[in-house]
Amino acid sequence: MDMKANKKKLGLKEKYAHMTRGLDWETTYQPKEKVFPQATFEGIKVHDWDKWEDPFRLTMDAYWKYQAEKERKLYAVLDAFAQNNGHLGLTDARYLSAVKLFLTGISPLEYVAHRGFAAAGRNFPGVGPRVACLMQSIDEVRHAQTQIHALSNYNKFYEGFHAGATHQIERVWYLSVPKSFFDDAFSAGPFEWMIAIGFSFEYVLTNLLFVPFMSGAAYNGDMATVTFGFSAQSDEARHMTLGLECIKFMLEQDPDNLPIVQKWIDKWAWRGIRVLSLVATMMDYMLPKRVMSWKEAWEIYFEQNGGALFNDLAKYGIKVPECITQCTVDKEHISHQIWLTLCTHGHAMALHTWLPNADEMDWLSAKYPNTFDKYYRPRFEKLQELADKGERFYANTLPMLCQVCQIPMLFTEPDDPTKICYRESEYQGEKYHTCSDGCKHIFDDEPEKYIQAWLPVHQVYMGNCWPEGTDPTVEGFNPLAKYLEWCHIEDGKDNCDYEGSSDQANFAAWRGVATQNV
Amino acid sequence: MQIDLRTVAIKPLRNTFDHLVERFGDKPASRYQEGSYNIQQESIFHYRPAWDADNVLFDKKRTKIQMKDWYALKDPRQYYYGSYTITRARQQDAAESSFEMIEDRGLAELVPADLKQMALDVLVPMRHVEWGGNMGNSYITAYGYGTVITQPCLYHAMDHLGVAQYLTRIGLVLDGPEALDTAKEAWMSGAMWQPMRRHVENLLVLQDWFEIFVAQNLVLEGLLNPMLYDYLDAEFSAKGATAISMMTRFMAEWSAETAKWVDAQIKVAAAESAENKAQLSAWVTQYRAETLDALAPIAKRSFGDKADELLADLTSEFNARCAKLGLAV
Ligand SMILES: [Fe+2]
Ligand SMILES: [Fe+2]
Repeated sequence: MDMKANKKKLGLKEKYAHMTRGLDWETTYQPKEKVFPQATFEGIKVHDWDKWEDPFRLTMDAYWKYQAEKERKLYAVLDAFAQNNGHLGLTDARYLSAVKLFLTGISPLEYVAHRGFAAAGRNFPGVGPRVACLMQSIDEVRHAQTQIHALSNYNKFYEGFHAGATHQIERVWYLSVPKSFFDDAFSAGPFEWMIAIGFSFEYVLTNLLFVPFMSGAAYNGDMATVTFGFSAQSDEARHMTLGLECIKFMLEQDPDNLPIVQKWIDKWAWRGIRVLSLVATMMDYMLPKRVMSWKEAWEIYFEQNGGALFNDLAKYGIKVPECITQCTVDKEHISHQIWLTLCTHGHAMALHTWLPNADEMDWLSAKYPNTFDKYYRPRFEKLQELADKGERFYANTLPMLCQVCQIPMLFTEPDDPTKICYRESEYQGEKYHTCSDGCKHIFDDEPEKYIQAWLPVHQVYMGNCWPEGTDPTVEGFNPLAKYLEWCHIEDGKDNCDYEGSSDQANFAAWRGVATQNV
Repeated sequence: MQIDLRTVAIKPLRNTFDHLVERFGDKPASRYQEGSYNIQQESIFHYRPAWDADNVLFDKKRTKIQMKDWYALKDPRQYYYGSYTITRARQQDAAESSFEMIEDRGLAELVPADLKQMALDVLVPMRHVEWGGNMGNSYITAYGYGTVITQPCLYHAMDHLGVAQYLTRIGLVLDGPEALDTAKEAWMSGAMWQPMRRHVENLLVLQDWFEIFVAQNLVLEGLLNPMLYDYLDAEFSAKGATAISMMTRFMAEWSAETAKWVDAQIKVAAAESAENKAQLSAWVTQYRAETLDALAPIAKRSFGDKADELLADLTSEFNARCAKLGLAV
């Protein structure tokens, strides 16, 4: 045997460098600006793409191998879950409202992330970040698909899943909150996309999104969700590394990048925090068996962990976004305010809502000693009184939405929890409303973008949200019923209170049979 | 309380999601269907893209090709992420054992010197062509319309990266890291590679994503892959360079597999309308000429006197393929 063969064995890092670096080249037959048309318009200056540190060092063959192994295991568990009626192991079928929110509000975002990272993977003029973005792009299509596959079994037995992962995110009023977040990021340029999704979403906020859903699932016997959640974890670790690497790279390349990056961090932190208020609501109200309160999660995953991150970024001149101060006030209010709104609009929801029972209210009192009894318990008790009389209250209008985050205008003034917070901006002679200083600030910075927002409630009232061929002039025309039909929300099955729903009845009956079989 | 959930037979309320019932009827759906159909948003978008203000985020107008139903362009392999990675993992496993055997036993040393040089001159610089293929297909994934075509294009983009890395490994096995530098130099300034590099760069600035699909996936790969992995490979095997054949087996299998997928797309798109057929045919005619020009010096290096004859054969095979797909070329 020839000795040269052995001598040539390369170390892993070195081998990876050869495998990826140098694949690209400086084009000469076509100008760089035409090959990478999106590289400069956002104002970010990059002098040396080779300074990019590859965070993963995964060659394709290794990627196929590891990921296929994970897929084999994942689908084996999902098959077993379906075969063994895994859904009967849930604490209670009302837990599924959280899963419905996930399938209709999060899975379609995984898909958009897949497309957006493909775009980033095409548009950066450096081979290192391009490969990293493409790997994230393919991971994200994995996430969308494994989520749909895992939750497809629930669709077979429960209401509220049948519209699938995407139909409702374009139509349902509260789903425009997560949708507009991703639309906003994808319609920006590749660098802002990386700060919005790669950094803010995947790095700063991901723990507050996935940990609550995944531990909620584990606590409530939802092995389907736990399975895809665990399986995605090692992907997420790579994505977090990419997000952080990307921001450091931008900051190290040129001092002029700092103010741009800071502005994006401020914007996307607030955008993200607003989206997370839906997660807050899920944690505090939708889990039959609770994991921890939103306030606790916020303190651990944002105030502590996020604090460490911003300390780390301080050396580049990055400051903690100003809007964060408001969050220390908000953390005691937002989940209650949102759940009250969802419960009172439960007839227009694609999932079941319910009023918290006495035990649950006591838990909320204990977790929110400063606010729950004082501001929210009385309102839930009032609603319960009505419900007990058979007059469960549903508002007969849809709420007005914030022009930026698209959450109904339900949040209160930072210094007065009894007063709804309205902010107003004027642009080209029109008035626009936002829910907070944070959202107003974002609006005022890019009014030409945010006036384009497709606010579902507004559109409903303009008559744009009915099935094709709807005639609104017929006698007895019911606009809400037509809106629900357009959204694929089956009135009387998917919406309204869990109490008295077919999900509740079916689950009880099936569990009854299962229990008798012992 | 222990509950034996397994013993309960429950009749499901429904088979699958609404949109799949609408499309395929009320029956259980496959994982490919659940993971691919209608998962791209369709019509309601909030903001015009800063990078393309004339269109919405996912827009049917980014190509001249038009389809009544973009989901007609399905993947005959029915790849969703799981089935895709599992298939490639199996193939990479085989490739890995070939490379290992070659490296451990020093089989590269047995390759006749002229064939080794041929591989270094022809195969190794191709890693840059593959990188171009990666870029074109990631563009389609970003800006194309309908998951049944954008999804396999990402798999195809990743495959191109994988192939670029196998070609890199061939350089490392046959010669070492210097082989990559030499190949890059040839790619950048060697006369033999300039027509190809010009062609690849021209494809990088196309904006119509279906045009990229045709120019890259049908025409360039349709002519280049058979040349490398059928004809040149036959030369390698016949003349005692089995090690090289072993190292390109992945590519041979892969290009046969992906050609079937590409064919299915073209066939359906061409059958959709006379306009589509005319547009696709025009693109094929244009890019066939440009690709053949780009291939000529590489064929000359690979096949010497037989190069012209070989390119003629390749072209007539390619034309027959296109005719079967309903194109007039
Ligand atoms: Fe993800
Ligand atoms: Fe807002």
